[in-house]
Parts: sequence; structure tokens; C-alpha cells
Amino acid sequence: MKELTAKINHQKSKISKRKAQPAKSRNDKWVLRLYVAGQTQKTATAFNNLKLICEEQLKGKYHIQVIDLLKNPQLARDDQILAVPTLVRKLPLPVRKIIGDLSNTERMLVGLDLIERSALKVTL
Amino acid sequence: MMKKKQVQSHRTVLPKSPTSIQGLDEITGGGLPKGRPTLVCGGAGCGKTLFAMEFLVRGATQYNEPGVFISFEETEKELTANVASLGFDLDKLVERKKIWLEHIHVERGEIQQSGEYDLEGLFIRIHHAIESIGAKRVVLDTIESLYSELPDPRILRVELRRLFRWLKKKGVTTIITAERGEGALTRQGLEEYISDCVILLDHRVNDQSSIRRMRIVKYRGSTHGTNEYPFLIDEDGFSVLPITSLGLNYFSSSKRISTGIPRLDTMLSGKGYYRASTVLVSGTAGTGKTSIAAQFVEAACKRDERVLYFTFEESPSQLVRNMCSVGIKLEPWLKKGLLQFHATRPTLYGLETHLTTSIKLINKFEPTIVIFDPINAFMTKDNQTEVKIMLLRIVDFLKMKEITAFFTSLTSGDNMESSEVYLSSLIDTWLILRDIEIGGERNRGLVVLKSRGMAHSNQIREFRLTNHGIELLDVYVGADGVLTGSARLSQETKDDAEQLLRQQEIGSKQFGLERKRDAMEAQIVVLRSEFEAEESEALKGIGIEKTLNERFTQDKVKMAKSRRGDVSIKTNGTKKKKVTV
Repeated sequence: MKELTAKINHQKSKISKRKAQPAKSRNDKWVLRLYVAGQTQKTATAFNNLKLICEEQLKGKYHIQVIDLLKNPQLARDDQILAVPTLVRKLPLPVRKIIGDLSNTERMLVGLDLIERSALKVTL
Repeated sequence: MMKKKQVQSHRTVLPKSPTSIQGLDEITGGGLPKGRPTLVCGGAGCGKTLFAMEFLVRGATQYNEPGVFISFEETEKELTANVASLGFDLDKLVERKKIWLEHIHVERGEIQQSGEYDLEGLFIRIHHAIESIGAKRVVLDTIESLYSELPDPRILRVELRRLFRWLKKKGVTTIITAERGEGALTRQGLEEYISDCVILLDHRVNDQSSIRRMRIVKYRGSTHGTNEYPFLIDEDGFSVLPITSLGLNYFSSSKRISTGIPRLDTMLSGKGYYRASTVLVSGTAGTGKTSIAAQFVEAACKRDERVLYFTFEESPSQLVRNMCSVGIKLEPWLKKGLLQFHATRPTLYGLETHLTTSIKLINKFEPTIVIFDPINAFMTKDNQTEVKIMLLRIVDFLKMKEITAFFTSLTSGDNMESSEVYLSSLIDTWLILRDIEIGGERNRGLVVLKSRGMAHSNQIREFRLTNHGIELLDVYVGADGVLTGSARLSQETKDDAEQLLRQQEIGSKQFGLERKRDAMEAQIVVLRSEFEAEESEALKGIGIEKTLNERFTQDKVKMAKSRRGDVSIKTNGTKKKKVTV
């Protein structure tokens, strides 16, 4: 496992304007695992997007592990990883998975249970 | 043996990866295309997974080609349990690094897509699996299920295409299974990407029984059998039967074997059936078809031959019991292992399965005689052609193996011959049992309708089941026509009576003559005795006369003496006396 230090992308984000919804797990420790395959453009995009959102939504409570499957291929089996990049929310339970480079923030927030699924439908 | 021959004869342009699946290597001319992907498609439950698994296991155990099984549906545990019934010990193979099992599963509910993704994770996993055991064969079992598990089919399509190309480049022989789609080979059109070899498995239900068939839709760069071949999945795994490839070039034996019924042997020019010929006994219900078969079986077992008996109407024990009642004892042979029964209901499975099962059993038991009792059990209203094809395959197969086939067939109606005319071309010796109804009773008549290659009898014989087996009797042929049964008996009695009468008459005539002779002789005796009496009287008289005569002569001499006369007396007797005097 390899932990990378984050480079925050100062991308403009609309997230702060949104009301941060369900707050039930807000105070728990968040463990997020990002599976990638090598240092590709997709890897970088995904990581940057993740870091950005975490900083905004879960500041101080999150922990990101980045796993490069090229270096540790056997780890793909445990979390049933097919697609890369895949973000796995290990904690809080239940486990959630989001595939893609996380460029669609709303979908990502829904995937992480940070906003309700219904909110997504409205915006869609 | 056959497989090897086939492989050699198809000087392969394309390197092939043998499957060791019974029959498949024959059809494909050596196996699946080596180092290329093969698509195996078919509906639910047609045996795709088993096919793929057998390919891997055989590769790992027989060709030292380790294999990776990526399952998108079943877990490792389920897979291991499922194929254990075929005798594959996956756990052991996994432990010995011959097989790599990996279950890839994505829960649709817990996945959210956000942005672009690719399937590099899958590539990495497959690559890791291949590298871990040095795999040469890979199976992707129903990769299409990814379509329902992952969002964005557009990405998937591109990625899968890339995956197949990648696998080809890696040079692993791959089987990709897919569900059959509506109007297409697969639901997601995978056949567009995998075009090296496409095998279609089919599992259809016809007349309430299921038939499994396989067809090679395409095989790029290689010749292959194009027919639909029946296949079977049983405790020995997968087996395909390319029997339609058999030809008419089998060796014909001139050896003969007894029918077990001495007089039937006589009817078949004295020696019985030809070995490896096909015998059909047909007749209406209760005419003794099974008994003729059983008699044949018993005779064969006595010669230490092995007999496989397929019965489709009676259970083995019932058959043994019934045959015992007519004095044919099958049980000892059953115990000795020379005779084996195989009892199934014809409706249990389809014709193809019957065919494949039969052939498997024949291969296993290696009999010299095979009985099918009765074959018409397979017939339904409109499957005559199919039944004929099945029988043709069986007959061809048996002839090739020099096995004598004995079929029985139940016929109905009067025109027995025409009702089975479609079978005639298959049959070498055809016996017909028919009922002969005369004088309020039914009797059985047996006739040899045809028997190829021998001068057979044209006579109808009366056929009787006795408690010591089958007996063939001459029918009565007399002034009143052909008679059987009691009519024959009564006619025979009548004949006997007449003969007796005639004999009696002769006797009495002889007796009369005898009497007359006796009377005559008695008369002779009487006459003789009368004559004797008369004779003795007469002799007595003669004696007296003689005495008197003598005395008279003596008296005369005396008188002459006394008178001193010289008169000579002219009696002989007295002359000497005179001299001496």
C-alpha cells in the first residue's frame, strides 16, 4: 500500500454551495481507498478530484490509501476491483464503490452517501 | 486412438490445443485454435461452464498446460463443488498451481459511476493469474454479465474488445462463454470480436425430452465438422459423438453364431446369424420377441460372450423372472458378469442422449452382442426419420466394432412388413413372428422374412414357448391348409386315428388269414389222423392176410410131404427149405 501526499487542485468547485446532507456519519473516521493502475492521467485526475472533495466535505476526518494494482495485483481480488480507477469507501460501513475518474462530482457524492440519491435525480 | 489419427490426418495449418473432450477433437481436427480466443455460446443450462472447465482441467492434467478460470457468475467454492461431481478435484489442482480459480463479481447496487473508467483492473487480475501459474489456457465464464454489473456499456464494449486482443497477443488459448441472444449468437454481440472459433451449444426440448447438441459455427483457418453433433454431460464429463462421420466401410465377418434355437439355426441355412450382423425380430404383442432375444443371449453367454441388454419396457428383474418361466436362465450370467442390463424408459431422455448413453455403455462394457428391446419404444407419431437416423448411427457404430445387434420391435396391424419398411435397409436378418388365428385360438408362427447372405428357409414354423425354452415345430400342411396349435393337434390326432384304424384292419385281415391257415392245418391233422387210423387198419388186414397166406403155403407143403408128391411148390420161401430138406 502506498500513501501519497496530496496535491490540492485549486479547481473551482460548486460543492461548497451545496448543503451538505446526511450528516449521520459525519463525525466518523472515513477510510477511502483508491485503486489505480500506474501513474496515468486518469490516476492523477481521480486522485485530485478525490482530494478536493474530501477537503471540502470531510476535512480532518478522512484517510486516503492509494493502491497501485500494477505493483500489488493480488490486492484487486479482495475488493473485487475490475475497473480503474475505483474508489472504495471502507469506512464507515457499508462499503461503497465508485468507478471512474471522479469527474462527475454529484455522482461521486451520491456514491459516497454524502448527498441523497434523490438529490441526484433532481439535478439530472 | 482415433483422436490421434485424426490429429495426424489434418496436417494442421493452425496449431491446435487439444481438448481431450471425447469426440470434440475429432470434429475440430485436433482441438481449439491454440493461442486464440474461442467463443462458446448457448442458452442457460446447456453446459458452457462445464465445457470450459473440462477444457482447463484436461489441459492441466493431460497436457501440462495450467489454466486460469475467471468466473463472473459462480464463486470458487460453488465451482469446485459443481465440478466435483465429474470427478475433478479442483482444490488439489489449485493447490498444485495447475488451476487458478478467480471469481470476479461486482454488486451493481454498491457501484456508482463518476467519470471515465477502464477495465485495467480486470486486465491486471487476469495477467496476475496467468503469471502466477504460468497458464496457457484461460476461461472467461460469461464475461457478458459485466454488462449488467457495470455502468456505461459503451466503455465496456471498447474494453472487452481490447481484452480479447490482449489475450490473443498473450498467446493463451481462451474460451469465452456467452449466453445465447435473441436472433444472434450472443446477447452483446461478442461474436463480432471473437471470430477465430465459435462453438454453439444447444439444449432443446423435443416431445418432452431434452436433447443436447453442439455445432461449430465457424473455425477460421481450419476444416471442421459442420453438422450438429449430439453431446452428453454425465459423470465422465463432456462427450460429443461425431457418429455421423462414420461410413460404410466396415469389415464384414463371415463367422456365424447360433441363435440358441436349434431349429432356427436350421432355418438360417443351418448355422444361425452372421456375427456383426443386425437382426430384427418384429411381431405383434405377446408373440415372444423377448424370448427369442433371451434365448440368443443365453446361448451367447454359454459361449462366454459378453452381452449388453438394453431394455426399454421391462425392468431387469422382471425380465429375468419372466424368462425363467420359459426355462431361459439368465441370472447366472448376470452374476458372472457376462450379461449386463441397462433399463431406461425411452421417455427419460431424448434420442440423442439415448444414443450417446448407449454408445458410452457399449464402449465401456465391450460386448459382442447388444440387444435393444424394443426399438419402437422410441417412436412417437412423427419421429420415424429421427429414430431411423439414430438406429442407423447405432448400427454403423456396432458394425464398426463387430458387434452383433439384435433389435426387437412391436408391430401392430396386419401389414407388419410395411409398418417397418423404413427399417428394412438397416436389417440383415429379419424374423417375423405372427399370430395365426385358426379355430378360435391364436398361435405363433415364425418366418424368416429376409436374411442377407444366406439361403434361408421359406417355411413358416410354429413357435412354442415351453418350460424348457423355445421350440419350433413344423406346421401341419395338409389337404385342409396350414394348421397350427390345437387345430394342428386335432388334425394330427385324426390322422393318427385313421392310421390306427388302417393298421387294425391290416391286423384283422392278417388274423383272418392266420385263422384260415390254422383251420386248414387242423383239417390236415384230422385227415392225417383218419388216414393213419385207416392205414393201420389196412396194414393190420394185410398182416393177417399174409399170415394166412403163409400158413396156407405151409399147409400145402406139409400136405405134399405127407403125400410124397414131387410137385414143386413155387413159393420162394419154401424153395430153400425144400433144398435143405
